[in-house]
Amino acid sequence: MLRLEPRKERSRAMALAAPLIAVALTMIFGMILFALLGKDPVRAIVTIFWEPLTNDFSRSELLVKGTPLVLIAVGLAMGFRAGIWNIGAEGQFIVGAIAGGAMGLAFYDVQGVWVLPLMCLAGAAAGAAWALIPAILKVKFNANEILVSLMLVYVAGLWLSALVTGPLRDPDGFNFPESRLFHDSATLPILLEGTRAHVGALAALAAVLIGWALMERHEYGFSLKLFGQAPRAARFAGFSQPRTVLLAMAVSGGLAGLAGTFEAAGPVGQLVPGLPAGYGFTAIIVAFLGRLHPAGILLAGLLMALTYIGGEGAQLAMQLPAAAISVFQGMLLFFLLGMDVFSRYRLVPTRGLRKGAA
Amino acid sequence: MTALLSIRGLWKRFPGVIANADVSFDIQPGEIHALLGENGAGKSTLVKMIYGVMRPDEGEMLWQGRPYAPHAPGEARDTGVGLVFQHFSLFEALTVGENVALGLPAEQAGRDLPDRIRKVSAEYGLPLDPDRQVGELSVGERQRVEIVRCLLQSPRLLIMDEPTSVLTPQEVETLFLTLRKLRDEGVAILYISHKLEEIRALCTAATVLRGGKVVGACDPRQETARGLAEMMIGRELAAPGAPAGTGGETRLELDDLTVISEAQFGVSLRSISLELKAGEVLGIAGVAGNGQDELTAALSGETRVAPGMIRLEGQPIGHLGPTRRRRLGLNVAPEERLGHAAAPEMSLTDNTFVSARTRLKLSLKGLLKLGAARGYARRIVEDFDVRTPGVGAAAGSLSGGNLQKYVIGREMLQRPEVLVISQPTWGVDAGAAQAIRQAIRDLAQEGCAVLVISQDLDELMEISNRFAVIAGGRLSAPRPAGETSIEEIGLLMGGGAHAAA
Repeated sequence: MLRLEPRKERSRAMALAAPLIAVALTMIFGMILFALLGKDPVRAIVTIFWEPLTNDFSRSELLVKGTPLVLIAVGLAMGFRAGIWNIGAEGQFIVGAIAGGAMGLAFYDVQGVWVLPLMCLAGAAAGAAWALIPAILKVKFNANEILVSLMLVYVAGLWLSALVTGPLRDPDGFNFPESRLFHDSATLPILLEGTRAHVGALAALAAVLIGWALMERHEYGFSLKLFGQAPRAARFAGFSQPRTVLLAMAVSGGLAGLAGTFEAAGPVGQLVPGLPAGYGFTAIIVAFLGRLHPAGILLAGLLMALTYIGGEGAQLAMQLPAAAISVFQGMLLFFLLGMDVFSRYRLVPTRGLRKGAA
Repeated sequence: MTALLSIRGLWKRFPGVIANADVSFDIQPGEIHALLGENGAGKSTLVKMIYGVMRPDEGEMLWQGRPYAPHAPGEARDTGVGLVFQHFSLFEALTVGENVALGLPAEQAGRDLPDRIRKVSAEYGLPLDPDRQVGELSVGERQRVEIVRCLLQSPRLLIMDEPTSVLTPQEVETLFLTLRKLRDEGVAILYISHKLEEIRALCTAATVLRGGKVVGACDPRQETARGLAEMMIGRELAAPGAPAGTGGETRLELDDLTVISEAQFGVSLRSISLELKAGEVLGIAGVAGNGQDELTAALSGETRVAPGMIRLEGQPIGHLGPTRRRRLGLNVAPEERLGHAAAPEMSLTDNTFVSARTRLKLSLKGLLKLGAARGYARRIVEDFDVRTPGVGAAAGSLSGGNLQKYVIGREMLQRPEVLVISQPTWGVDAGAAQAIRQAIRDLAQEGCAVLVISQDLDELMEISNRFAVIAGGRLSAPRPAGETSIEEIGLLMGGGAHAAA
């Protein structure tokens, strides 16, 4: 028989190996899943993990999908380190898209380099404000931020639908539930000619760098880690818990809101009910897969973007159901959390049965 | 007469401390037997061995003359041992009946349970309604639930671990009636307490533990409270205290410090006043849970109070948080090393940021200076002889004594004006304890004002110039250590004797 024995100190090697082992396990069990669905498992894996890397367009799409994932995940990681569970980044992403998009529409056809920054500001502010609702409820009434932030995702989604069928609807759009297309000044400049990769990717890179400095080299990052590991020690150290909660939620909400504005002003180009693509939820997987570390998040974000693009390819080329791809992504988080047990525990064989066990 | 439970030469060792050393005594049927001792004397360890939670390293126990070596609490219960913990293990959202059922073997938790609860509780004067939610009950009523749960299994030996520490005087009276009734029915009761008056009123035999050893046995009815206190604390305490302080200027003043506790088992601080001078060590004695934690939190700034209640060098600081108090020169080393003084999973280097970042400028405009922190951690390790593979080791991987040296070193090397240390040598091996005490004396010699909160009277007598006792959230008037007699200390610690202060 085997049993788990606590390690004296957390194993760093295991903590770093866990994501790699999880990816490998996901591939193995994904192949079993695809085989059960009657598809060629090897071809499915190749389609998902390799083919997107073989042509320029797919490679640029990695940036398009990776940008929101990385932006959101960096913000989430800060809160997660402190044990603050913002599960509603998807909602903050949506209100960010609404506010940023509405700002762009308010200045419709007005030219100026200031339009985009204003939209980004509005989007980030709206995302932060949306995240502050669960934060304030937590600080004031000890309400569970997981539930409140998650419920606000659906509220945000309904707001988007209501607005694009009402005040923000395209007046010349034959009553379709969508806004006008943003004009040039309200659209993100393209990074690589002929692709959809936009300058938001640079912002995501900046978020990784600033996030790293903040989390690893700044007192604020230290206070987050301390609250996550030993809340009493954090209070003893003189850090304020309410301030930490509010700030962590505002930062993660702000980054999610910014990602929402980028999505609207970039690849989508208008506000539509189908704008949210689940980046806010997938970013949770990205944050954990990246070990809550900005550099890891960058890699994990690109990997998840790969499964998105490869997944779409597999749907087209092999008629794999979309749900199978979601299951596949979910498996990754599942195996990762499972492997994490081994950074704190080691597996040891038990020496026979203990006698007299009561 | 065969003893109900006979304990013979029990030993239990933990790393760095011997909790029980050759403990032997007998418990007779139908007696209320007191187990008396200060905190840390080894009472809890002994109880855990009797109840099958721990196993002795050496020695044996006999139950009615037959060998008794329980491997698990279930086995102890089957033999006839019941235990009522000091802190209860009840689910607030469930009813009394459901809570009782959870603690019973399945075959006893049948349909008739509510009736049996009513019957037993009425019989022993412990009125309880099985349908009420535990969340609505008072502390005394909750204790009844625990007692009734034990009684339903008809124990032959009932162990009560500090049962009155959370009760009102009226509830104590009711409890005593119940215990006497049980005794008259032939049940033996092992009564653990340090409240001398209670023991004299209730118990017919007493075993006194000190430092893990049995240091006395008596009939408490024949002894005075003073005599019991002497046994509990030890005579050698009369040793002279540390040399008188230099009588420097006043560094820290507490003026009518009052904090009302909101926690369930919290203690409110009531009008605590004292003056702490440069170059002196003021010792605060007291049994755990009498307001020490609350006092430490109020001094560190984790609990804020009115500005004037605490003054540092004349400046009101009661409203300031920990960071600003440290900047002004007030440092605190809390009792709980892991999770309070230090984060277990962080390295010794990272843990310097917890309390030393402002005073030693380990963080400038919020940016952490890792090199400086590493240097400071190395200095602590060197100066305080902390045994560790390196400053990158996680705090939680250090032994208790080494971590304590690190924590105290971290505060002392910041050269504070005032240092508050709670339980400086709790769970620390003798060598490290001696080093810590020496460091405290040296610090005071250099002009720091030191406040030491400890349960170890020997230690306080050795290092303090002045001496006060905290009991029930009140502080006795400090007096020179050399002039305080053991009897006075014991009576003050036992509570109830504020008038003597």
